[in-house]
Amino acid sequence: MPDQIKVVDKLGLDRILTRISHEILEKNKGSENLVLMGMRTRGEFLAARIAKKIKQIDEIELPLGILDVTLYRDDFRTSLKQPQVSVSNITFDINGKDIILIDDVLFTGRTVRSALNALMDFGRPASIQLFILIDRGHRELPIRADYVGKNIPTSVYQEIKVKMEEIDGEDSIYLVELNKK
Amino acid sequence: MPLSSRHLLGLQGVPKDDIQLILETANTFREVLERPIKKVPTLQGKTIVNLFYENSTRTRISFELAEKRLSSDTINFSQSSSSVKKGESLKDTIRNIEAMKIDMIIIRHSAAGTPHYLTKICNANIINAGDGIHEHPTQALLDMYSLKERFGKLEGLKVCIVGDVAHSRVALSNIYGLITMGAKVSVCGPSTMIPRFIEKLGVNVTYDIDEAIRDNDVLNVLRIQLERKAGGYFPSLREYAKYFGITQERLDNNKDITILHPGPINRGVEISSEVADGNNQIILHQVTNGVAIRMAVLYLLGTLN
Repeated sequence: MPDQIKVVDKLGLDRILTRISHEILEKNKGSENLVLMGMRTRGEFLAARIAKKIKQIDEIELPLGILDVTLYRDDFRTSLKQPQVSVSNITFDINGKDIILIDDVLFTGRTVRSALNALMDFGRPASIQLFILIDRGHRELPIRADYVGKNIPTSVYQEIKVKMEEIDGEDSIYLVELNKK
Repeated sequence: MPLSSRHLLGLQGVPKDDIQLILETANTFREVLERPIKKVPTLQGKTIVNLFYENSTRTRISFELAEKRLSSDTINFSQSSSSVKKGESLKDTIRNIEAMKIDMIIIRHSAAGTPHYLTKICNANIINAGDGIHEHPTQALLDMYSLKERFGKLEGLKVCIVGDVAHSRVALSNIYGLITMGAKVSVCGPSTMIPRFIEKLGVNVTYDIDEAIRDNDVLNVLRIQLERKAGGYFPSLREYAKYFGITQERLDNNKDITILHPGPINRGVEISSEVADGNNQIILHQVTNGVAIRMAVLYLLGTLN
Protein backbone atom coordinates (compact mmCIF):
# COMPACT_ATOMS: atom_id res chain seq x y z
CA MET A 1 0.00 0.00 0.00
CA PRO A 2 1.65 3.24 -1.11
CA ASP A 3 1.58 6.35 1.08
CA GLN A 4 -1.27 8.65 0.25
CA ILE A 5 -2.59 11.95 1.58
CA LYS A 6 -6.12 13.15 1.11
CA VAL A 7 -5.84 16.62 -0.43
CA VAL A 8 -9.51 17.30 -1.16
CA ASP A 9 -12.54 15.84 0.62
CA LYS A 10 -16.19 15.50 -0.37
CA LEU A 11 -17.17 18.99 0.69
CA GLY A 12 -14.07 20.45 -0.92
CA LEU A 13 -14.87 18.78 -4.23
CA ASP A 14 -18.42 20.07 -4.13
CA ARG A 15 -17.22 23.63 -3.46
CA ILE A 16 -14.78 23.44 -6.37
CA LEU A 17 -17.55 22.33 -8.72
CA THR A 18 -19.88 25.09 -7.48
CA ARG A 19 -17.21 27.74 -8.04
CA ILE A 20 -16.30 26.41 -11.49
CA SER A 21 -19.96 26.32 -12.56
CA HIS A 22 -20.25 30.02 -11.68
CA GLU A 23 -16.97 30.77 -13.43
CA ILE A 24 -18.13 29.03 -16.60
CA LEU A 25 -21.34 31.07 -16.64
CA GLU A 26 -19.51 34.29 -15.83
CA LYS A 27 -16.90 33.89 -18.53
CA ASN A 28 -19.42 32.91 -21.20
CA LYS A 29 -21.98 35.53 -20.10
CA GLY A 30 -24.64 32.86 -19.58
CA SER A 31 -25.13 29.41 -20.90
CA GLU A 32 -26.81 29.97 -24.23
CA ASN A 33 -24.32 28.35 -26.59
CA LEU A 34 -22.59 26.03 -24.14
CA VAL A 35 -22.21 22.28 -24.26
CA LEU A 36 -20.38 20.10 -21.74
CA MET A 37 -18.02 17.37 -22.86
CA GLY A 38 -16.73 14.94 -20.27
CA MET A 39 -13.71 12.79 -21.00
CA ARG A 40 -13.97 9.16 -20.01
CA THR A 41 -13.96 8.03 -17.31
CA ARG A 42 -14.08 10.55 -14.49
CA GLY A 43 -14.56 13.61 -16.68
CA GLU A 44 -17.90 12.13 -17.61
CA PHE A 45 -19.11 12.23 -14.00
CA LEU A 46 -17.60 15.66 -13.36
CA ALA A 47 -19.48 16.95 -16.40
CA ALA A 48 -22.75 15.48 -15.14
CA ARG A 49 -22.30 17.20 -11.78
CA ILE A 50 -21.49 20.55 -13.38
CA ALA A 51 -24.58 20.18 -15.59
CA LYS A 52 -26.64 19.70 -12.43
CA LYS A 53 -25.14 22.77 -10.74
CA ILE A 54 -25.63 24.96 -13.80
CA LYS A 55 -29.23 23.83 -13.92
CA GLN A 56 -29.68 24.97 -10.31
CA ILE A 57 -28.11 28.35 -11.04
CA ASP A 58 -29.45 29.13 -14.49
CA GLU A 59 -32.39 26.74 -14.87
CA ILE A 60 -31.09 25.43 -18.15
CA GLU A 61 -30.21 21.88 -19.12
CA LEU A 62 -26.93 21.88 -21.03
CA PRO A 63 -26.24 19.18 -23.63
CA LEU A 64 -23.88 16.61 -22.17
CA GLY A 65 -21.49 14.57 -24.28
CA ILE A 66 -18.99 11.84 -23.46
CA LEU A 67 -15.71 11.66 -25.29
CA ASP A 68 -13.45 8.61 -25.50
CA VAL A 69 -10.04 9.57 -26.86
CA THR A 70 -8.31 6.19 -26.87
CA LEU A 71 -8.19 5.98 -30.66
CA TYR A 72 -6.38 9.33 -30.79
CA ARG A 73 -3.58 8.52 -28.37
CA ASP A 74 0.04 8.94 -29.42
CA ASP A 75 1.57 6.11 -27.41
CA PHE A 76 0.37 3.01 -29.27
CA ARG A 77 3.89 2.34 -30.53
CA THR A 78 5.59 2.82 -27.20
CA SER A 79 3.29 1.67 -24.43
CA LEU A 80 3.38 -1.92 -23.34
CA LYS A 81 -0.24 -2.27 -22.41
CA GLN A 82 -2.93 -2.13 -25.06
CA PRO A 83 -5.48 0.45 -24.01
CA GLN A 84 -9.11 -0.60 -23.87
CA VAL A 85 -11.32 1.42 -26.17
CA SER A 86 -14.73 2.68 -25.23
CA VAL A 87 -17.52 4.52 -27.00
CA SER A 88 -17.97 8.27 -27.37
CA ASN A 89 -21.55 9.39 -26.91
CA ILE A 90 -22.31 12.75 -28.45
CA THR A 91 -25.93 13.00 -29.50
CA PHE A 92 -25.93 16.66 -30.53
CA ASP A 93 -24.30 18.74 -33.24
CA ILE A 94 -21.15 20.47 -31.94
CA ASN A 95 -20.81 22.83 -34.92
CA GLY A 96 -20.72 26.44 -33.73
CA LYS A 97 -20.98 25.48 -30.05
CA ASP A 98 -18.81 26.61 -27.17
CA ILE A 99 -17.52 23.37 -25.71
CA ILE A 100 -16.43 23.02 -22.11
CA LEU A 101 -14.03 20.06 -22.18
CA ILE A 102 -13.84 18.38 -18.79
CA ASP A 103 -11.23 16.04 -17.32
CA ASP A 104 -9.99 15.16 -13.85
CA VAL A 105 -6.20 15.57 -13.98
CA LEU A 106 -4.00 17.66 -16.27
CA PHE A 107 -0.49 16.19 -16.46
CA THR A 108 1.52 16.00 -19.71
CA GLY A 109 -1.28 17.52 -21.79
CA ARG A 110 -1.24 14.62 -24.23
CA THR A 111 -4.74 13.42 -23.43
CA VAL A 112 -6.08 16.93 -24.02
CA ARG A 113 -4.27 17.02 -27.36
CA SER A 114 -6.02 13.74 -28.27
CA ALA A 115 -9.35 15.19 -27.20
CA LEU A 116 -8.90 18.30 -29.35
CA ASN A 117 -8.21 16.15 -32.40
CA ALA A 118 -11.16 13.90 -31.61
CA LEU A 119 -13.53 16.86 -31.23
CA MET A 120 -12.45 18.29 -34.58
CA ASP A 121 -13.58 15.03 -36.19
CA PHE A 122 -17.07 15.59 -34.81
CA GLY A 123 -17.41 19.09 -36.25
CA ARG A 124 -16.21 22.67 -35.96
CA PRO A 125 -17.04 24.13 -32.58
CA ALA A 126 -16.96 27.91 -32.07
CA SER A 127 -14.58 27.45 -29.15
CA ILE A 128 -13.21 24.83 -26.79
CA GLN A 129 -12.50 25.71 -23.15
CA LEU A 130 -10.82 23.33 -20.76
CA PHE A 131 -11.84 22.58 -17.20
CA ILE A 132 -9.43 20.50 -15.17
CA LEU A 133 -10.12 19.42 -11.62
CA ILE A 134 -6.45 19.06 -10.66
CA ASP A 135 -3.48 20.58 -12.49
CA ARG A 136 -0.40 18.68 -11.35
CA GLY A 137 2.19 20.26 -13.69
CA HIS A 138 4.80 18.54 -15.89
CA ARG A 139 3.35 19.68 -19.21
CA GLU A 140 4.94 18.23 -22.35
CA LEU A 141 2.77 20.18 -24.76
CA PRO A 142 1.73 23.88 -24.89
CA ILE A 143 -1.66 23.31 -23.28
CA ARG A 144 -3.30 25.16 -20.37
CA ALA A 145 -6.66 24.97 -18.64
CA ASP A 146 -9.24 27.78 -18.69
CA TYR A 147 -10.76 26.64 -15.41
CA VAL A 148 -8.69 24.93 -12.73
CA GLY A 149 -10.21 23.27 -9.67
CA LYS A 150 -6.95 23.18 -7.77
CA ASN A 151 -3.25 23.43 -8.56
CA ILE A 152 -1.25 20.69 -6.88
CA PRO A 153 2.44 20.81 -7.80
CA THR A 154 3.77 17.25 -7.81
CA SER A 155 6.96 15.37 -8.45
CA VAL A 156 7.10 12.64 -11.08
CA TYR A 157 7.22 10.11 -8.26
CA GLN A 158 3.76 11.13 -7.17
CA GLU A 159 0.34 10.53 -8.62
CA ILE A 160 -3.03 12.23 -8.24
CA LYS A 161 -5.92 9.87 -7.68
CA VAL A 162 -9.38 11.33 -8.12
CA LYS A 163 -12.13 9.23 -6.62
CA MET A 164 -15.78 9.82 -7.37
CA GLU A 165 -18.81 8.32 -5.77
CA GLU A 166 -20.27 7.17 -9.12
CA ILE A 167 -17.53 4.57 -9.67
CA ASP A 168 -15.20 4.62 -6.67
CA GLY A 169 -17.75 4.84 -3.89
CA GLU A 170 -16.29 8.02 -2.37
CA ASP A 171 -15.65 11.67 -3.24
CA SER A 172 -12.04 12.60 -2.56
CA ILE A 173 -8.70 13.38 -4.13
CA TYR A 174 -5.47 11.76 -3.00
CA LEU A 175 -1.82 12.56 -3.54
CA VAL A 176 -0.08 9.20 -3.81
CA GLU A 177 3.64 8.57 -3.31
CA LEU A 178 4.92 6.02 -5.82
CA ASN A 179 7.93 3.85 -5.13
CA LYS A 180 11.09 5.39 -6.56
CA LYS A 181 12.84 3.06 -8.94
CA MET B 1 -6.54 -7.47 -21.87
CA PRO B 2 -5.10 -7.89 -25.37
CA LEU B 3 -5.95 -10.78 -27.71
CA SER B 4 -4.16 -14.04 -26.99
CA SER B 5 -2.79 -14.35 -30.55
CA ARG B 6 -1.10 -11.93 -32.93
CA HIS B 7 -2.91 -13.44 -35.93
CA LEU B 8 -6.53 -14.16 -36.74
CA LEU B 9 -6.43 -17.40 -38.69
CA GLY B 10 -9.79 -18.85 -37.73
CA LEU B 11 -12.18 -19.19 -34.82
CA GLN B 12 -11.26 -22.78 -33.99
CA GLY B 13 -9.79 -22.75 -30.51
CA VAL B 14 -10.13 -18.98 -30.08
CA PRO B 15 -11.06 -18.38 -26.42
CA LYS B 16 -14.35 -16.79 -25.42
CA ASP B 17 -12.57 -13.78 -23.93
CA ASP B 18 -10.97 -12.98 -27.27
CA ILE B 19 -14.26 -13.14 -29.16
CA GLN B 20 -15.91 -11.05 -26.46
CA LEU B 21 -13.14 -8.45 -26.71
CA ILE B 22 -13.47 -8.22 -30.49
CA LEU B 23 -17.27 -7.86 -30.29
CA GLU B 24 -17.02 -5.18 -27.60
CA THR B 25 -14.28 -3.28 -29.40
CA ALA B 26 -16.46 -3.26 -32.52
CA ASN B 27 -19.01 -1.14 -30.60
CA THR B 28 -16.48 1.67 -30.52
CA PHE B 29 -16.02 1.51 -34.26
CA ARG B 30 -19.76 1.34 -34.94
CA GLU B 31 -19.89 4.74 -33.25
CA VAL B 32 -16.98 6.02 -35.39
CA LEU B 33 -18.90 4.95 -38.51
CA GLU B 34 -21.82 7.18 -37.50
CA ARG B 35 -19.66 10.32 -37.30
CA PRO B 36 -19.45 12.96 -40.00
CA ILE B 37 -15.73 12.21 -40.31
CA LYS B 38 -15.52 8.44 -40.22
CA LYS B 39 -11.80 8.24 -39.63
CA VAL B 40 -9.51 7.94 -36.62
CA PRO B 41 -5.70 8.22 -36.59
CA THR B 42 -5.08 5.01 -34.65
CA LEU B 43 -3.08 2.95 -37.16
CA GLN B 44 -1.15 5.84 -38.68
CA GLY B 45 2.14 4.62 -40.10
CA LYS B 46 1.08 0.97 -40.39
CA THR B 47 1.06 -0.62 -43.82
CA ILE B 48 -1.48 -3.32 -44.59
CA VAL B 49 -1.54 -5.51 -47.70
CA ASN B 50 -4.78 -6.97 -48.99
CA LEU B 51 -3.69 -10.13 -50.72
CA PHE B 52 -6.68 -11.51 -52.59
CA TYR B 53 -6.06 -14.65 -54.61
CA GLU B 54 -9.81 -15.11 -55.02
CA ASN B 55 -12.52 -12.73 -56.15
CA SER B 56 -14.34 -10.71 -53.54
CA THR B 57 -16.51 -7.61 -53.37
CA ARG B 58 -17.74 -7.25 -49.82
CA THR B 59 -14.82 -8.61 -47.88
CA ARG B 60 -12.17 -6.74 -49.84
CA ILE B 61 -13.98 -3.41 -49.83
CA SER B 62 -14.88 -3.90 -46.18
CA PHE B 63 -11.27 -4.57 -45.17
CA GLU B 64 -10.00 -1.71 -47.30
CA LEU B 65 -12.50 0.72 -45.77
CA ALA B 66 -11.67 -0.50 -42.28
CA GLU B 67 -7.97 0.03 -42.94
CA LYS B 68 -8.49 3.50 -44.37
CA ARG B 69 -10.77 4.53 -41.53
CA LEU B 70 -8.00 3.62 -39.11
CA SER B 71 -5.56 5.77 -41.16
CA SER B 72 -3.26 2.93 -42.16
CA ASP B 73 -1.68 2.76 -45.61
CA THR B 74 -3.15 0.02 -47.75
CA ILE B 75 -1.93 -1.91 -50.76
CA ASN B 76 -4.25 -4.03 -52.84
CA PHE B 77 -3.07 -7.11 -54.61
CA SER B 78 -5.14 -9.25 -56.89
CA GLN B 79 -3.87 -12.37 -58.48
CA SER B 80 -5.07 -11.54 -61.98
CA SER B 81 -2.93 -8.43 -62.40
CA SER B 82 0.22 -9.63 -60.61
CA SER B 83 3.39 -11.60 -61.29
CA VAL B 84 1.57 -14.71 -60.09
CA LYS B 85 0.53 -14.86 -63.72
CA LYS B 86 4.25 -15.11 -64.63
CA GLY B 87 4.62 -18.10 -62.36
CA GLU B 88 5.88 -16.54 -59.12
CA SER B 89 5.21 -18.78 -56.14
CA LEU B 90 3.20 -17.73 -53.10
CA LYS B 91 6.27 -17.88 -50.89
CA ASP B 92 8.32 -15.65 -53.19
CA THR B 93 5.43 -13.22 -53.54
CA ILE B 94 5.06 -12.93 -49.76
CA ARG B 95 8.81 -12.61 -49.17
CA ASN B 96 9.03 -9.80 -51.70
CA ILE B 97 6.06 -7.94 -50.32
CA GLU B 98 7.45 -8.29 -46.81
CA ALA B 99 10.81 -6.92 -47.96
CA MET B 100 8.97 -3.67 -48.72
CA LYS B 101 8.34 -3.30 -44.96
CA ILE B 102 4.70 -4.04 -44.33
CA ASP B 103 3.01 -4.71 -41.00
CA MET B 104 -0.05 -6.79 -41.72
CA ILE B 105 -1.39 -9.11 -44.42
CA ILE B 106 -5.06 -9.81 -45.12
CA ILE B 107 -5.14 -13.01 -47.15
CA ARG B 108 -7.84 -14.74 -49.17
CA HIS B 109 -6.84 -17.89 -50.98
CA SER B 110 -8.60 -20.91 -52.45
CA ALA B 111 -6.31 -23.31 -50.58
CA ALA B 112 -7.21 -24.08 -46.99
CA GLY B 113 -4.35 -23.37 -44.59
CA THR B 114 -2.70 -20.61 -46.61
CA PRO B 115 -2.92 -18.06 -43.74
CA HIS B 116 -1.33 -20.58 -41.36
CA TYR B 117 1.47 -21.11 -43.87
CA LEU B 118 2.08 -17.34 -44.09
CA THR B 119 2.67 -17.15 -40.35
CA LYS B 120 5.61 -19.50 -40.86
CA ILE B 121 7.29 -17.61 -43.70
CA CYS B 122 6.89 -13.98 -42.61
CA ASN B 123 6.65 -11.77 -39.55
CA ALA B 124 3.58 -9.68 -40.39
CA ASN B 125 0.29 -10.09 -38.53
CA ILE B 126 -1.90 -12.37 -40.65
CA ILE B 127 -5.67 -12.10 -40.94
CA ASN B 128 -7.58 -14.81 -42.75
CA ALA B 129 -10.16 -13.34 -45.14
CA GLY B 130 -11.27 -16.78 -46.29
CA ASP B 131 -9.12 -19.83 -47.05
CA GLY B 132 -10.77 -22.31 -49.37
CA ILE B 133 -13.52 -24.27 -47.66
CA HIS B 134 -11.84 -23.89 -44.26
CA GLU B 135 -12.57 -20.68 -42.31
CA HIS B 136 -13.68 -17.06 -42.73
CA PRO B 137 -13.38 -15.70 -39.19
CA THR B 138 -14.28 -12.04 -39.74
CA GLN B 139 -17.53 -13.09 -41.44
CA ALA B 140 -18.48 -15.22 -38.46
CA LEU B 141 -17.53 -12.40 -36.08
CA LEU B 142 -19.71 -9.91 -37.93
CA ASP B 143 -22.57 -12.44 -37.96
CA MET B 144 -22.20 -12.86 -34.20
CA TYR B 145 -21.99 -9.09 -33.70
CA SER B 146 -25.17 -8.58 -35.74
CA LEU B 147 -26.95 -11.24 -33.69
CA LYS B 148 -25.73 -9.76 -30.43
CA GLU B 149 -26.98 -6.38 -31.57
CA ARG B 150 -30.38 -7.87 -32.33
CA PHE B 151 -30.84 -10.28 -29.43
CA GLY B 152 -28.61 -8.75 -26.73
CA LYS B 153 -26.71 -12.00 -26.16
CA LEU B 154 -25.55 -15.11 -27.96
CA GLU B 155 -25.86 -17.55 -25.12
CA GLY B 156 -28.73 -19.95 -25.68
CA LEU B 157 -29.58 -18.47 -29.08
CA LYS B 158 -30.75 -21.12 -31.54
CA VAL B 159 -28.99 -20.69 -34.86
CA CYS B 160 -29.36 -22.95 -37.89
CA ILE B 161 -26.90 -22.77 -40.78
CA VAL B 162 -28.66 -23.68 -44.00
CA GLY B 163 -27.28 -24.90 -47.31
CA ASP B 164 -23.93 -26.07 -48.57
CA VAL B 165 -22.34 -26.59 -45.17
CA ALA B 166 -19.67 -28.92 -46.55
CA HIS B 167 -18.10 -26.30 -48.80
CA SER B 168 -18.68 -23.28 -46.61
CA ARG B 169 -15.95 -21.52 -44.66
CA VAL B 170 -18.64 -19.19 -43.32
CA ALA B 171 -20.42 -22.19 -41.82
CA LEU B 172 -17.32 -23.62 -40.15
CA SER B 173 -16.23 -20.31 -38.60
CA ASN B 174 -19.77 -19.65 -37.40
CA ILE B 175 -20.00 -23.11 -35.84
CA TYR B 176 -16.74 -22.65 -33.91
CA GLY B 177 -17.53 -19.10 -32.82
CA LEU B 178 -21.17 -19.60 -31.89
CA ILE B 179 -20.49 -22.74 -29.90
CA THR B 180 -17.70 -20.98 -27.98
CA MET B 181 -20.17 -18.20 -27.18
CA GLY B 182 -22.77 -20.66 -25.91
CA ALA B 183 -25.27 -20.62 -28.79
CA LYS B 184 -27.15 -23.75 -29.87
CA VAL B 185 -26.08 -24.47 -33.40
CA SER B 186 -27.63 -26.75 -35.99
CA VAL B 187 -27.16 -27.27 -39.71
CA CYS B 188 -29.68 -28.03 -42.44
CA GLY B 189 -29.24 -28.91 -46.09
CA PRO B 190 -29.25 -31.71 -48.65
CA SER B 191 -27.49 -34.76 -47.21
CA THR B 192 -24.80 -34.46 -49.91
CA MET B 193 -23.87 -31.06 -48.50
CA ILE B 194 -23.73 -31.96 -44.82
CA PRO B 195 -20.31 -33.37 -43.93
CA ARG B 196 -20.18 -36.73 -42.18
CA PHE B 197 -19.40 -36.58 -38.47
CA ILE B 198 -20.30 -32.89 -38.24
CA GLU B 199 -22.17 -33.72 -35.00
CA LYS B 200 -18.74 -34.10 -33.41
CA LEU B 201 -18.38 -30.31 -33.55
CA GLY B 202 -21.40 -30.09 -31.27
CA VAL B 203 -24.10 -29.26 -33.81
CA ASN B 204 -27.43 -30.88 -34.56
CA VAL B 205 -28.33 -31.96 -38.08
CA THR B 206 -31.68 -31.76 -39.81
CA TYR B 207 -32.60 -32.30 -43.44
CA ASP B 208 -36.02 -30.65 -43.16
CA ILE B 209 -36.03 -26.90 -43.76
CA ASP B 210 -39.53 -26.40 -42.29
CA GLU B 211 -38.42 -28.02 -39.07
CA ALA B 212 -35.31 -25.79 -39.04
CA ILE B 213 -37.45 -22.68 -39.49
CA ARG B 214 -39.86 -23.73 -36.76
CA ASP B 215 -37.20 -24.60 -34.17
CA ASN B 216 -34.72 -21.73 -34.48
CA ASP B 217 -34.33 -18.04 -33.67
CA VAL B 218 -31.97 -17.46 -36.56
CA LEU B 219 -31.25 -18.93 -39.97
CA ASN B 220 -27.87 -18.21 -41.51
CA VAL B 221 -28.55 -18.93 -45.16
CA LEU B 222 -25.47 -19.90 -47.13
CA ARG B 223 -24.91 -19.15 -50.76
CA ILE B 224 -24.91 -22.03 -53.21
CA GLN B 225 -21.32 -21.70 -54.40
CA LEU B 226 -21.46 -22.56 -58.06
CA GLU B 227 -17.73 -21.75 -58.39
CA ARG B 228 -17.01 -24.69 -56.09
CA LYS B 229 -19.00 -27.00 -58.34
CA ALA B 230 -21.87 -27.08 -55.88
CA GLY B 231 -24.17 -27.90 -58.78
CA GLY B 232 -22.95 -31.47 -58.73
CA TYR B 233 -24.39 -32.16 -55.30
CA PHE B 234 -28.08 -31.86 -56.16
CA PRO B 235 -30.10 -32.51 -59.32
CA SER B 236 -30.93 -28.92 -60.24
CA LEU B 237 -31.05 -25.40 -58.85
CA ARG B 238 -34.82 -25.51 -59.18
CA GLU B 239 -34.98 -28.61 -57.05
CA TYR B 240 -32.67 -27.06 -54.45
CA ALA B 241 -34.84 -23.95 -54.35
CA LYS B 242 -37.95 -26.08 -53.96
CA TYR B 243 -36.67 -28.12 -51.01
CA PHE B 244 -34.29 -25.72 -49.26
CA GLY B 245 -34.97 -22.22 -50.62
CA ILE B 246 -36.18 -19.74 -47.98
CA THR B 247 -39.49 -18.28 -49.10
CA GLN B 248 -42.00 -16.02 -47.40
CA GLU B 249 -44.57 -18.86 -47.20
CA ARG B 250 -42.08 -21.03 -45.35
CA LEU B 251 -41.40 -18.21 -42.87
CA ASP B 252 -45.13 -18.11 -42.01
CA ASN B 253 -44.33 -20.92 -39.55
CA ASN B 254 -42.07 -18.64 -37.56
CA LYS B 255 -42.72 -14.98 -38.27
CA ASP B 256 -40.09 -13.74 -35.77
CA ILE B 257 -37.17 -15.61 -37.27
CA THR B 258 -34.08 -13.59 -38.21
CA ILE B 259 -32.39 -14.29 -41.53
CA LEU B 260 -28.69 -13.79 -42.14
CA HIS B 261 -26.90 -14.21 -45.44
CA PRO B 262 -23.17 -13.67 -46.00
CA GLY B 263 -23.69 -12.56 -49.62
CA PRO B 264 -23.55 -12.52 -52.53
CA ILE B 265 -27.17 -13.64 -52.83
CA ASN B 266 -28.43 -16.02 -55.50
CA ARG B 267 -31.97 -14.64 -55.63
CA GLY B 268 -34.53 -17.34 -56.21
CA VAL B 269 -32.11 -20.15 -55.29
CA GLU B 270 -31.25 -20.28 -51.58
CA ILE B 271 -33.42 -17.28 -50.74
CA SER B 272 -36.38 -15.70 -52.53
CA SER B 273 -36.26 -12.05 -53.48
CA GLU B 274 -39.19 -11.40 -51.20
CA VAL B 275 -37.28 -12.69 -48.16
CA ALA B 276 -34.00 -11.08 -49.25
CA ASP B 277 -35.72 -7.67 -49.17
CA GLY B 278 -38.19 -8.50 -46.40
CA ASN B 279 -38.54 -7.72 -42.72
CA ASN B 280 -36.88 -10.84 -41.33
CA GLN B 281 -33.47 -10.30 -42.90
CA ILE B 282 -30.64 -8.13 -41.56
CA ILE B 283 -28.32 -8.63 -44.51
CA LEU B 284 -27.27 -5.01 -44.95
CA HIS B 285 -26.77 -4.60 -41.19
CA GLN B 286 -24.29 -7.44 -41.47
CA VAL B 287 -22.43 -5.53 -44.16
CA THR B 288 -22.28 -2.33 -42.10
CA ASN B 289 -21.19 -4.25 -39.01
CA GLY B 290 -18.52 -5.97 -41.12
CA VAL B 291 -16.55 -2.75 -41.38
CA ALA B 292 -16.74 -2.19 -37.61
CA ILE B 293 -15.69 -5.78 -36.86
CA ARG B 294 -12.73 -5.55 -39.22
CA MET B 295 -11.70 -2.23 -37.68
CA ALA B 296 -11.83 -3.91 -34.27
CA VAL B 297 -9.66 -6.83 -35.40
CA LEU B 298 -7.18 -4.52 -37.14
CA TYR B 299 -7.02 -2.29 -34.07
CA LEU B 300 -6.52 -5.17 -31.65
CA LEU B 301 -3.81 -6.82 -33.75
CA GLY B 302 -2.23 -3.63 -35.10
CA THR B 303 -1.64 -2.01 -31.72
CA LEU B 304 -0.25 -5.13 -30.09
CA ASN B 305 3.37 -4.65 -29.09
